[in-house]
Amino acid sequence: MNQYAVILVLSTGHAIRLEHVLHQNGITSKLIPVPRYLSSNCGNCLRIERTDIDAAKKIIEKNKIEIEAIHDLD
Amino acid sequence: MIYFDNAATSWPKPPEVGEAVLHFLNEIGANPGRAGHRLSIESSRILYETRERVASVFHAADPMQVIFGANVTEGLNLALHGLLRPGDHVITSSMEHNSVMRPLRDLEAQGVELTIVPCTPEGLLNPQAVENAIRPNTVMIAVNHASNVIGTLQPINALGKIVRKHDLLFLVDCAQTGGAYPIDMEASQIDLLGFTGHKSLYGPMGTGGLIIGERVQLEKFRSLKQGGTGSRSEAEFQPEFLPDKFESGTPNTVGLAGLNAALGWLLREGIENIRTHETLLTQTLIDGLKAVPGIRVYGSGDASRQTATVSFNLQNMDPSEASLLLDENYGILCRVGLHCAPIAHKTIGTFPGGTIRFGLGYFNTLREVNQALNAVEELSKRRI
Repeated sequence: MNQYAVILVLSTGHAIRLEHVLHQNGITSKLIPVPRYLSSNCGNCLRIERTDIDAAKKIIEKNKIEIEAIHDLD
Repeated sequence: MIYFDNAATSWPKPPEVGEAVLHFLNEIGANPGRAGHRLSIESSRILYETRERVASVFHAADPMQVIFGANVTEGLNLALHGLLRPGDHVITSSMEHNSVMRPLRDLEAQGVELTIVPCTPEGLLNPQAVENAIRPNTVMIAVNHASNVIGTLQPINALGKIVRKHDLLFLVDCAQTGGAYPIDMEASQIDLLGFTGHKSLYGPMGTGGLIIGERVQLEKFRSLKQGGTGSRSEAEFQPEFLPDKFESGTPNTVGLAGLNAALGWLLREGIENIRTHETLLTQTLIDGLKAVPGIRVYGSGDASRQTATVSFNLQNMDPSEASLLLDENYGILCRVGLHCAPIAHKTIGTFPGGTIRFGLGYFNTLREVNQALNAVEELSKRRI
């Protein structure tokens, strides 16, 4: 199993905003192109460690950042 | 040379602005938000950082509420044309720039009802008069924060309270105040804030826009242009979320990179410090002009109640002639005439002749103000 998960967001701007907010809260993330099997969206998404998923969800909720979905990476 | 045309556009810019523009063109250059490669992401980061800094300057709740466009005019047009419908009533002041007045006159011709509340000859709007003008179909109050002709600051906090009491929308044109005067869009209850990048934010021309507050219902807000956003590319319809709903096409990232650097400088310098310096210069200029016989200065005469923009007239000379002499004989660059605000000049009693406008900025000095005062005094003594 892959150690990563991806957070699908509305736009690259949102990805950068989320990356920034996650970083402020001690979570490392990386901007990567959205895997085509997950979405036909042309933009970018954020890759995080699977173990950070729960913490990331709380931060997303607290900062009212709209996301599309969180997926495990195969 | 003395540059006194900062109300039109600030100059010079902090050196890092030009450096950031060059750096973007030469080292980054990629289209933001479109691709996943490193240069595109770097470009997106600059765009986002600029959004965050604009939000910080105006105390917007969320950087995604910042919509970039070519200038404040585009931002104001978006707010007015995007939200007002035939049968709606909108209230404005008699001190507006044509960037508000012309869209409103255009909308009036399409069936929007318009009330223009008269201001005092000093350019001040009475909040009670605004409240008295409210009708059952009123949806918006749209005013400038400060006049581009005489700098008069409007009582936006009092107006914001009236707006909320009657559940309307509050559009404020901050072209003349953004960066030069502390603005808190939450505290002043501003729903729609028009800003420009190239005046007191010290960025390049071609940058500006609109900040959209949380009370504005996006589903009722028409986008005036539609197109590629880099997001939701599978859809043939415009996305509904901010900022993409209102930002189609490749943005002016070159200019915004410059604005980003300017805002970094501005936030380090401190708006309070900028305001203190400009108030000192402005009061010195007003007092000096008033001491010269044959000069009429417009506005309250109190620098704490206005921006660093001062309008005056010489009894013995036409404003255009004065501006030519100021430029050619003294190296003083200013703007005369009606300043794209005919209704403001009607309000202060200077239509159609206009005024001489000295638009001071943070980079001006007391020495320059005193040199200019000497020049104006000499002009006032010329025999026609």
